[in-house]
Amino acid sequence: MNIVVCVKQVPDTALERKLKPGDATLDRAAVDGLINELDEYAIEEGLRIAEAQRDAGADAEVTILTMGPEKAAESIRKALSMGADKAVHLVDDGLAGSDALSTSYALAKVLSGAGFDLVICGSESTDARMGVMAAMLAERLGVPQLSLASKVDTDGSVIRVRRATDEGYDEAEASLPAVISVVEKINEPRYPSFKGIMAAKKKPVATLSLADAGIEPDAVGLLSAATEVVDFAERPPRQAGTIVKDEGDGGVKIAEFLAGQKFI
Amino acid sequence: MAEVLVVAEHTAGEVKKATFELLTAARRFGEPAVVWAGPGAEDGQQRLAEFGAALIYAAADPGFDDYVVVPVAELLAQLVRDKAPTLVLVAGTAEGKEVAARLAVKTDSGLITDAVDLTPGDDGNPVAEQSIFGGATVVRSRVTRGTPVVAMRPNSVSPEPAPGTAEISPVTLAGQMTGARITGRVAAERSQRPELTEASIVVSGGRGTGGAEGFAVVEKLADALGAAVGASRAVTDAGWYPHQFQVGQTGKTVSPQLYMAVGISGAIQHRAGMQTSKMIVAINKDPEAPIFELADFGVVGDLFKVVPQLLDEIGRRKQV
Ligand SMILES: Cc1cc2nc3c(=O)[nH]c(=O)nc-3n(C[C@H](O)[C@H](O)[C@H](O)COP(=O)(O)OP(=O)(O)OC[C@H]3O[C@@H](n4cnc5c(N)ncnc54)[C@H](O)[C@@H]3O)c2cc1C
Ligand SMILES: Nc1ncnc2c1ncn2[C@@H]1O[C@H](COP(=O)(O)O)[C@@H](O)[C@H]1O
Repeated sequence: MNIVVCVKQVPDTALERKLKPGDATLDRAAVDGLINELDEYAIEEGLRIAEAQRDAGADAEVTILTMGPEKAAESIRKALSMGADKAVHLVDDGLAGSDALSTSYALAKVLSGAGFDLVICGSESTDARMGVMAAMLAERLGVPQLSLASKVDTDGSVIRVRRATDEGYDEAEASLPAVISVVEKINEPRYPSFKGIMAAKKKPVATLSLADAGIEPDAVGLLSAATEVVDFAERPPRQAGTIVKDEGDGGVKIAEFLAGQKFI
Repeated sequence: MAEVLVVAEHTAGEVKKATFELLTAARRFGEPAVVWAGPGAEDGQQRLAEFGAALIYAAADPGFDDYVVVPVAELLAQLVRDKAPTLVLVAGTAEGKEVAARLAVKTDSGLITDAVDLTPGDDGNPVAEQSIFGGATVVRSRVTRGTPVVAMRPNSVSPEPAPGTAEISPVTLAGQMTGARITGRVAAERSQRPELTEASIVVSGGRGTGGAEGFAVVEKLADALGAAVGASRAVTDAGWYPHQFQVGQTGKTVSPQLYMAVGISGAIQHRAGMQTSKMIVAINKDPEAPIFELADFGVVGDLFKVVPQLLDEIGRRKQV
């Protein structure tokens, strides 16, 4: 089974993130990049499915697919050290500033070129926070979408998931090939072992340019985007509130505050 | 007048509040036409009329419930082609965003998610406001290609009534329904409390409640305030409260008038889901807890002392 996990490198959420004044794109150079933490669950799930397939005597391989600048190679290496077999890194200056539509077009091009049985995304990226990529990829690739999965089962031809909904969950199923996304309740991602880190150094990473992937340069990048930023502003920091120590009257103090604001 | 498509969120014929918010925003750009996928449009008709719906495109086929996302997106794409609306609005729930995503691809249109406001720009076209990086930056953006598709964060626009005729116009999906099949549906028990993303007050509890039993004080406080109950991931992971009540990056995003964080440290992933609340009150025994950086009012103390006293005080004030 050919499993592809889509992994995005994002700025560390613990650090301050800013938009660049010029083109209002995220200043990625200014902050450390990490694997989008929700993609670690996608990697883990890919590894587990592959292991189960191999245990059942089938072939299985996990490929990491990342679109992003040179720097994203660090995240690819980490994913390989967790146990993925190989990676494809789509990197080209022409991709900078792509919106979700053009990112999905570019990733779908690479996916349909390389072939796949199962594509696994994280549920959202911590920078864009759109949560749309699995749906867009499924739409473009013309395969079923089983997104927001908190549990996945597959025998190699049919895939069943538990899909998180507003009210609880749905059980849903489709035949492979398919695109899924997973939520963070699904598993506990492993840490790379020392052996894994050493092995990762020798694993193949194919670097693709736009031309290599057959991507129309006009269809990606900032100029192709179907949305544009009109303006942006940093919100003044929240005004410091009133913090009091409970001297045996903490509950009363809150009640007074709430009454003052007309909540009670 | 130009038509604006509004995708109705409904369960069992009952229209969700997010839809009235969308109708309110839609009226700034044209005549709102609701898209209703599945049976039951008649049950929602009156409420939709109260919020200014001019039309309801009702696709009554029950099959919409049997497939993941695809048929609804297909129906919308069909209506976009047939009716040439100026704008499509969906509720920014996880599923709403996926519907919007597929529609944007199908119609090659720009997509904006998590809009907290939508107003006409100089040329009258919609300009969306988004609150990003956990509320630290406000971005205004617009769609430059296709039919703008905007997913609005629930509870961002206050629903305002306006008269509408909400005339039902039956439509059918051309072509077969496709996509992953839904084989079962498990809904958690519905409580009497307001829905988490719709509530004007949310009381959330964290690991500080110490367990499912301790968490009960959070529920009591919520009930005293007529609030919805939320939880941190520490709580849902431990199984003290069901997952669908998780607030944060990987839970629900809430934006109530009042958010009360009880025994929650305020980790960045939790803040991502509640930072745009209008007013924040925190109770935590650790004066260094990051939640206090956001709090308009905070008490450093033991929640098991503070909350019961607060409950007594609310009770006392209700009496007089
Ligand atoms: C990929 C990813 C996604 C995540 N998504 C989410 C998410 O969606 N939502 C979310 O909430 N978290 C999320 N997290 C987890 C987040 O990082 C924190 O671990 C979590 O929010 C902590 O929950 P907490 O504040 O309840 O617990 P803690 O951080 O343990 O804080 C408990 C607090 O209670 C206080 N306390 C203890 N006893 C008392 C008492 N008797 N009285 C008063 N105060 C007391 C303590 O001082 C402490 O500040 C995510 C993490 C990751 C890695
Ligand atoms: N540039 C990218 N390269 C690889 N995968 C991506 C990229 N952008 C998004 N994804 C995948 O899509 C998921 C959802 O992202 P988003 O829709 O941006 O919130 C992520 O968790 C990744 O799995």
